Amino acid sequence: MTKSKKSSNLMSYAGTFGALLILCVILAFASPNFLKFSNFMSILKQTPFTAMLASGMLFCLITAGIDLSVGANATFCACLAGMMIQKEITSNSVVLILVALAAGTLIGFINGTLLTRLHLPHPFVSTLGMKNVLWGASLVVTGSQMVSFSGHDGVMALGAKDIGGFPISFIVVIVIYIIMHVLLTRTTLGRSIYCAGGNMEATRLSGINSANVLTFCYTLSGFMAALAGVVSIGRSGICNGVNAIQPYDTDAIACCIIGGASFNGGKGTMIGTMLGALIITTLRNGFTLLSITSAVQNMVLGLVIIGAVLLDVTRERMEAKARRLAAK
Amino acid sequence: MSEYVVELKNAVKRFPGVLALNQMHLAVKPGEILGLIGENGAGKSTLIKVLTGVHQPDEGEIYVNGEKKVFRNPNDSAAAGIACVYQELNIEKLLSITDNIFINKWIKGPGGLLDYNAMHAKAKEVMASLGQDVDPTKAAGTFGMGVQQMIEIAKAVLIDAKMIIMDEPTSSLGEKEVEQLMRTCRDLKSRGIGIVFVSHKLEELFELCDRVTVIRDGQYIDTRDISGWDNDSLITAMVGRSLDNQFPKEFGVKSAQPMLKVSGLMEAGVLNNVSFEAYGGQILGFAGLVGAGRTETMRAIFGADPIDGGSIEIKGQAMQIRSPRQAINAGIAFLTEDRKGQGLVLAESIRNNLILANLKGFANGPFLNTKKIEEEGQKNISSLRIKTPSIDEIVGQLSGGNQQKVVIGKWVNTESDIFIFDEPTRGIDVGAKVEVYNVMNSLVKAGKCVIMVSSEMPEILGMSDRVIVMRGGEVMADVDRDSKHFNQESLMKAAWGGKLDD
Repeated sequence: MTKSKKSSNLMSYAGTFGALLILCVILAFASPNFLKFSNFMSILKQTPFTAMLASGMLFCLITAGIDLSVGANATFCACLAGMMIQKEITSNSVVLILVALAAGTLIGFINGTLLTRLHLPHPFVSTLGMKNVLWGASLVVTGSQMVSFSGHDGVMALGAKDIGGFPISFIVVIVIYIIMHVLLTRTTLGRSIYCAGGNMEATRLSGINSANVLTFCYTLSGFMAALAGVVSIGRSGICNGVNAIQPYDTDAIACCIIGGASFNGGKGTMIGTMLGALIITTLRNGFTLLSITSAVQNMVLGLVIIGAVLLDVTRERMEAKARRLAAK
Repeated sequence: MSEYVVELKNAVKRFPGVLALNQMHLAVKPGEILGLIGENGAGKSTLIKVLTGVHQPDEGEIYVNGEKKVFRNPNDSAAAGIACVYQELNIEKLLSITDNIFINKWIKGPGGLLDYNAMHAKAKEVMASLGQDVDPTKAAGTFGMGVQQMIEIAKAVLIDAKMIIMDEPTSSLGEKEVEQLMRTCRDLKSRGIGIVFVSHKLEELFELCDRVTVIRDGQYIDTRDISGWDNDSLITAMVGRSLDNQFPKEFGVKSAQPMLKVSGLMEAGVLNNVSFEAYGGQILGFAGLVGAGRTETMRAIFGADPIDGGSIEIKGQAMQIRSPRQAINAGIAFLTEDRKGQGLVLAESIRNNLILANLKGFANGPFLNTKKIEEEGQKNISSLRIKTPSIDEIVGQLSGGNQQKVVIGKWVNTESDIFIFDEPTRGIDVGAKVEVYNVMNSLVKAGKCVIMVSSEMPEILGMSDRVIVMRGGEVMADVDRDSKHFNQESLMKAAWGGKLDD
């Protein structure tokens, strides 16, 4: 029984994987540059930022929550590092990275605390508010200036360096995803997260401190956002406060949903989310190759999210129908 | 014109892997109350959903006043005059009674706007005809379950229903509310409306019904006039075998020291100075009317709700319990009365629900011990006789009785000493009830302390070694099984606020 369940789990990724392949085939025909090795490496370089945001987002989605502040959090953490260079507080890369990570983690912890200890009704409220706070804060700390990190190779290493053309950040993201996969599937904390998403009250009355479980998820999301912020510094060599309102959160949500997560909680996997992140990045990469404006990109990505959810509900309805027919 | 207002013939309904209805019959005369009874999983819910157009039968016909009908959806069924008051009410608690009654049948004024004056007047009139003198402008959620149920019945009356199905209407009502409901049923009957009354409580059927239909395993078994049935024949027809003993009470050895001692428990407006002792090797029953504060007492002991005063001793040791986690660490298990809302994660598998209350016990450090989970889970399934195709079955797919067994398994796996069962047999069938009682028996024989909150007096008397009666958040009586007060009359007297002499 366990075996058939596992194989059906793998089957459920087949559709997502197929979508990624089809997307690649279409882009290969549409643009002669798509199949180049350098382009593939460029996709792998772009994936980690979105994949990191999506990993934290997935934890929140599994608990039937959401973290709308991930994009702004990443930008803010990058800006915080930029500010320290701009104001010549320090240029020690280790300190810069640690401050950024600590700030992002703290912001995530505040998001979680607002939800669980101060009883804000839905994480939509706390994280949407936080997004705006961080947008403003990003502009304030940098004086609305773009800050360049050129000359600070240590800070940029994570997002910029590669091993034989293979980006370090992608290796890091794979390692993180494996750790998170084990955490979600093989640990008591992982079970608690899924169960809290499925039925918060039953989980609490089973003696699990669901408030702590939720706070953990938002704190983790904050940490991953900060790490994504550090990656973004290396990738672009700059930080810019106006990026805080870029649709990074939407991209992250799209990754999770395409990968099988549900807004109702209790569902979603790391493997699916990684496939989702690859699809979103490949899509964005293709848009750039085909010189499609970012305005149109945003429209298409919005439709992709709606399409993915539509596909998911339709698939579930079809399966239920198939079960009914099979019984006859 | 047919003899029956609604008649279902030879209905067959298949679900994946299950034949839910097999050649089912049901016939209701106008102006009669037809009892419908069967074990959980017998097909009552499916039968109701076929009649209300929620499910379409694969075979069979439905006749309304002798005319053949096909219900493609619930609207067709409602248009034909069939209404249903489901066990879980469809009430919009924030909206007024009027808004609830007139959902989708609003009365509009000349300008096309809603005519609230007319609707309020009509709502008040309909509710009054059901014996409820209420202000229809108030939010439905501010009233008790009894009134909310009447709102559902009012909806049925308003569409001129020819037949009303009531699915376990008394399961969440207090004694007085049940009486009012019965009066209303008789009144509806006198207006010529046919009523299908689904219940697990035999005495209600004998009091109210003209005829009773028994179904089992999706099949029609028998319909007789009420005078043709008695307790034993009903149970035999329902389970297909006679149950020698509905309450297989077995005795354990009472511990010398109380396992749990509660003193002066206070929760402002809810509990007032609740004190009692519970011993190992015994079942302590908690009797009382709905709202007497029994569940609240248990939630307070378990740390689910904050308390304002009082102390708890476990095995002679004072304990500060402020959260369910602390209660479980102190050796308390709590099976909540609301199985779906508070007991189970319905979207998760049996496997995951069974370990939920003792994740640490099923893990090595932070990692889950999959081997132990598999072994213990299979043991739970066989020892509790959970009927399921697999340990990975989603709990939401199981029947009520099997869901309850999963909850029990979850708590048995905590190896607690004190087991609080809150309404453990509510909404589960007779066969599964006996299995739940057997679990309690084996617990007390292992020296554990069992506390059972129940609103079923026969269950309290059948299974308890001692009974505490509560009323209005206070302990009214503490009756031992050997006492002369260990009978229904005395316990009910205490539950209604009477004093028991020594």
